[in-house]
Amino acid sequence: MKIANKTVSAERLVRDALEKAKHFENYHIFTFLNEENAIKKAQEIDRRIANGEKVGRLAGVPYALKDNFLSPEGETTASAHILEGFVSPVTATAVKKLEDEGAIMIGRTNLDAFAHGSSTENSYFGPTHNAFDFERVAGGSSGGSAVAVALDIVEFATGTDTGGSIRQPASFNGVYGLKPTYGCISRYGVVAMASSTDCVGFFTKSPEDMDLLMSVASGQDEKDMTTLPDYYTSQPDDPVIPSRIGIIKDFDNDSVAPEIRKALAEKIELLKSRGHEIVELEMPSLKYALAAYYIIVPAEVASNLSRYDGIRYGFRAKEAKTLDELYKNTRSEGFMPENKRRIMIGNFVLSSGFYDAYFLKAAKARTLIINEYEKAFLKVDFILTPVSPNPAFRMGEKINDPVAMYLEDMMSVSLNLAGVPGLAIPAGKTESGLPVGLQLVGPRRSDKKLINFAKELI
Amino acid sequence: MDIKREDIIHLAELSDFSLSDAEIDSLGGDLKNIIHYISQLDELDTDNISPTYQVFEMENVWRDDEIKEQEANREQLLALTKEEKDYQIKVPKVL
Repeated sequence: MKIANKTVSAERLVRDALEKAKHFENYHIFTFLNEENAIKKAQEIDRRIANGEKVGRLAGVPYALKDNFLSPEGETTASAHILEGFVSPVTATAVKKLEDEGAIMIGRTNLDAFAHGSSTENSYFGPTHNAFDFERVAGGSSGGSAVAVALDIVEFATGTDTGGSIRQPASFNGVYGLKPTYGCISRYGVVAMASSTDCVGFFTKSPEDMDLLMSVASGQDEKDMTTLPDYYTSQPDDPVIPSRIGIIKDFDNDSVAPEIRKALAEKIELLKSRGHEIVELEMPSLKYALAAYYIIVPAEVASNLSRYDGIRYGFRAKEAKTLDELYKNTRSEGFMPENKRRIMIGNFVLSSGFYDAYFLKAAKARTLIINEYEKAFLKVDFILTPVSPNPAFRMGEKINDPVAMYLEDMMSVSLNLAGVPGLAIPAGKTESGLPVGLQLVGPRRSDKKLINFAKELI
Repeated sequence: MDIKREDIIHLAELSDFSLSDAEIDSLGGDLKNIIHYISQLDELDTDNISPTYQVFEMENVWRDDEIKEQEANREQLLALTKEEKDYQIKVPKVL
């Protein structure tokens, strides 16, 4: 990525990014542009460079922030009506770490409201368009971030991945997208969706940029007690050695688009030609991952979203006579239909009488999925699979059929349930020019190795 | 399983929002489809398998019980609410 120095000014980088953001305004990528502050910050970095003072590793690098990260710059809305007007007095740890190294946020990006969705069509502000085909979806939930990087507006963008929300839009727009190991990057200051699967990650144009961002943003945070003790930066940059790559038999079937299967077959040949061994894996529990996910995650969503009551911050419904009416009217008006579906499903699976059959059953399925990954990683170093069963679909195609939309996530959610990292990598294009992505999956804490190995797939 | 209109209304009640008749029809239909889909877990044999609720490896994280400096102060937090008086948030009558 381009970093500011004596010859390339931070102000130039930031002004270019802002100009491009405005040029692509009709793509609905941003919910907020940070013009004044971004330019001020860039000028300060340029002043330091001119004075020969030390600047950070990301000095003057313009980036886009998914609009579910808290910071005092602009409203944090999570693309939801119910957070309207909310300017956070606190800053997410990930944002603070990036900014401490000199990165400059030029805008906040659109998402499915509260990150509920796989297309960014569930945003209160309207959908984001795909970078390669205006009639198609950006993917989601981090659609705005993926398109901001794909259209070269910014060098990188942040995302959150609860079940594929970084990897799927990355693959729909031909960029790299990393969901790190659960607990690798602090979730402090990130709007919570499902606390046991939420991960902070990035969109970049190269594995090298991903490595740099991970070395900046990862690490234990006393404000998030689910962060793991630091491991990323202490791992060496090992040279790539011949590895065993697993492919999952069940994922190579008719429910996967031929163009995705072709991309996978091509990368398998490439890996073989480079001396890596391909191992076929049987992971029969994975086909139940989606059902388990759409029980566990809505349950956590119902709990996490109970805090939005119109009292302390955000939108408050007018003319409520009683406190109960205030809660109800605020939530009725403030949530999108998909938010309501997930909250209701969550309350259903947690209800007495259904808890054992749904929530407890899903929690046991989760154990089986974790065990299957553990067993697989005794046989292989990485697993290579599709990210989603198809390339970017048309706007409106799935929005009225929630189950069809959920099926988009069938290959991505198991990683979140198991807490293992996955890196979406660009893997060519379809005949009509749509990007195709694949994901490289590794055991917990293998993030650095994954990023390094991704270079073997170029 | 069969999801009735009353069940949908009850779930909305548990979720602290109300649904219009149109929403009861549309969300109700969606919920039936979703519940049908997730019910396929029935097929999976989970006998003698213990549940997993989180994938974080540590059990408890302890710290000293002391007041730490916070990023946001009282004024900043109260400024986020719609109506405030004498450091209190105003809401409709409760009793």
